Amino acid sequence: MKTFDLIVVGLGIVGAACADVAAAAGLKVAAIEAGAIGGGATAAAMGHLVALDEDPAELALAAYSQRLWQEFADLPLAQYNRCGTLWVARTAQEQAAIEPKLARLHAAGVPAQSVDSSDLYRLEPGLAPDLAGGLLVPEDAVVYPPTIARELVARACRRRATLHLGRRVQALDDGCVLLDDGTHLHGPTLIATGCALPDLLPALPLRPRKGHLVVTSPYPGALRHQVLELGYADSAHGTTESSVAFNVQPRPGGQLLIGSSREFGSDSSEVSMSMVGRMLARAFEFLPALPQLQALRIWTGFRPCSVDGRPYLGPIPGRRDLWVAAGHEGLGITTALASAHLLIDQLLHRSPAIDPRPFWPARAWR
Amino acid sequence: MSKGAHALESVELLVCGAGPAGVAAALAAAARGARVVLIDAQAQAGGGVWRHDLRFGVPRTAQRRLAALRRSARIQCLFEAQVVAGGGGELLVETPDDAARVRYDKLVIATGARELLLPFPGWTLPGVTGAGGLQALVKQGWPIKGARVVVAGSGPLLLASAAVLRKHGAIVLGVHEQATRQRVAKFAAALARWPAHALHAAALRMRLAGVTYRCGEFVVRAEGDDRLRAVVMQTPQGTHRIDCDYLAIGYGLVPNVELAQLLGCRMQNDGRHASIATDERLATSVEHVYAAGEVRGIGGARSAAIEGEIAGLAAVGAHNAATALRGRQRQARRFAALLTEHFALNPDIYDLAQADTVICRCEDVPLGALAGYTDARSAKLATRCGMGACQGRICGAVLAELQRFPQPPAATPLFPARLSTLEAFR
Amino acid sequence: MSRVVLYIDERAISVPRGATVAAAVATATSRFRVSSGGAPRAAVCGMGVCFECRVRIDAALHQRACMVRARDGMRVTTAAGSAAHE
Repeated sequence: MKTFDLIVVGLGIVGAACADVAAAAGLKVAAIEAGAIGGGATAAAMGHLVALDEDPAELALAAYSQRLWQEFADLPLAQYNRCGTLWVARTAQEQAAIEPKLARLHAAGVPAQSVDSSDLYRLEPGLAPDLAGGLLVPEDAVVYPPTIARELVARACRRRATLHLGRRVQALDDGCVLLDDGTHLHGPTLIATGCALPDLLPALPLRPRKGHLVVTSPYPGALRHQVLELGYADSAHGTTESSVAFNVQPRPGGQLLIGSSREFGSDSSEVSMSMVGRMLARAFEFLPALPQLQALRIWTGFRPCSVDGRPYLGPIPGRRDLWVAAGHEGLGITTALASAHLLIDQLLHRSPAIDPRPFWPARAWR
Repeated sequence: MSKGAHALESVELLVCGAGPAGVAAALAAAARGARVVLIDAQAQAGGGVWRHDLRFGVPRTAQRRLAALRRSARIQCLFEAQVVAGGGGELLVETPDDAARVRYDKLVIATGARELLLPFPGWTLPGVTGAGGLQALVKQGWPIKGARVVVAGSGPLLLASAAVLRKHGAIVLGVHEQATRQRVAKFAAALARWPAHALHAAALRMRLAGVTYRCGEFVVRAEGDDRLRAVVMQTPQGTHRIDCDYLAIGYGLVPNVELAQLLGCRMQNDGRHASIATDERLATSVEHVYAAGEVRGIGGARSAAIEGEIAGLAAVGAHNAATALRGRQRQARRFAALLTEHFALNPDIYDLAQADTVICRCEDVPLGALAGYTDARSAKLATRCGMGACQGRICGAVLAELQRFPQPPAATPLFPARLSTLEAFR
Repeated sequence: MSRVVLYIDERAISVPRGATVAAAVATATSRFRVSSGGAPRAAVCGMGVCFECRVRIDAALHQRACMVRARDGMRVTTAAGSAAHE
């Protein structure tokens, strides 16, 4: 009889972090993944550790998680680069909306400063002319998620977690999991399967939100910060069927990673050149040198979207020992570590570092 | 076709690739009254095997057709034009200063083949080139006079390359074929059935009189500091070192099927590398799209030219004329089968790369870094193998030949392309 | 045969008209670029698929030297001539 203190289903960055934190807490962990570790949204992601301030619960989770991410700052495989985020205001009106954002960030303990137009160009000389100013969040960083997810799982396994790779969960019973090879595993179970959540927990509303990314050839020095338009949050928190927002990141070797696009209603991973065209056109407005740079690769990914944009973190109502950590939309990388701590703290009846209630799945359980 | 920014042109027959197959397709279709646009990324027609030599022009076998191409009023050639995307009946083409969306009624894919480069210690040193690679470079002005060159690898291409190098004043120290003497002798004997091929090979041998042609030999290592200084050759009698300036080494050809894959054409995977599947009219599985030449499987210039003609005729509806050529096409393809049979690679060549030998040249990923990954995508994400400029063409072909990982699927952009070009493909 | 003059890392190099930038670079140096691990690299395939012959031509980075015809006045920068590697 295979009994565990925690069975983690799904080893994207969120599940991997959960397995890691659980194993570090001395729990006997079983970790299950049907595909490749970190092979879903984790592999497609930009790896941006960013404090979004519109939702206070999300901001608290992100700020907490960014503190936890410091641990990876000196680990080479994480490729942690504290390049900061530079939010760009196109108009005086957008610039005026920065004050309340500053207040929220400061209240959450996130360093941030307003930037006037001359400072803006000092910070990023490549920006288009006539921008009003912006907001600099200097401690935001960028990491490389696929290798981190693998390392988190490896770390858990070094602490005697058992790995079931290439195995799919066929049934979830009370305190028991049935795998597709007939194996039964017993113990509290945590579902962290991202966009595949409805397969196991159809009562939790979750929609995949397709995104596109383009990466260029290396252009060292072209960009120093991850740069986004202030309207990005409208795209992320909005509910329109499709939208684009300017979001560009400098990669370690000098490549530029260009986003962002959001689309509901498509489950095909095929690249849509129409969406890519819209996304690039938007980016050209902010970085005039972009059109002449060389693109190397285009790919898509799916963000798992919950009913209200916040992840589902916590116990499943009416079920003993069933937990969920999924639905992170575009903040999966940022909030993976805090999600894991929040979950494991609740599992072990420890006092979590932030209020867990805004994330409880009961709010959306049908 | 106008060069206006992103003009959406419409073309009756679009031929992609101006080597023997593409040129033949264009000429055959034009002769039937079709208006043809022929595109190629190179600065002029010829592809690989008919490449224009700055000093010596084009091969005699190519002159008639290339002259006909230039004379044809119905064929518009667009050179320095790289296809970077396609789909929905159009191709996205990038030129040095511009980009265009070209809509077509019919398309012939004649994108040829690239050389199979296999890894061994020192293969990334400046001075180590493909066998066809050095030939191509030299024809386009690369200074080789007085340089000492070792030619190695596999196939009749080695002799062709060595002959060109000598013509340009290189000191060809030797041609080292990995196939055994018995296999090469059998190949030469079988060639007697194809008079034109036999003559060609014999002529090459003559021109190389005085140059050692050895069989059953392969390079195990290249040595040097900031560039190549010597190679170590494995022979039936043991290994020995040869001081040299260049190692021109190639192990055959790999079809350039990326455009066809992107368009959704069905492939055939009967060897270690995919080629495009076609019916007897050389139509692919995608409506209105045809394929001819090396993309259907490595077969040489003769079968490429015949197939180009068939595809060009079929594309414009001249089915009887296309069918009439099938006998010649089948005969030409038998030569291809001969090649595969007699020049199969010695498996020891697959074991030359060590753990610290670079496999992904673009991202400097050594063979050892790939250990422990069971699927190509995980290996790529973890090591960056295949994420560089060549988009997995070189390392992908290596790993497919070594049967380690399958070649990754083609994606947009097919080649690095300006962002402005991609933005236009909405 | 007429010739063109272009600049490889600020050095004037003359090649026959119609020659590629790769030919001009090879006249000046054996090193086209430097790999991500710092190793010298040069042209290999001669046909634009290996991307080892990348140089900067005038304002454009990442140009395949073997696919570009040398023109009068071109300013080509190899690894040796650039501050950051490629």
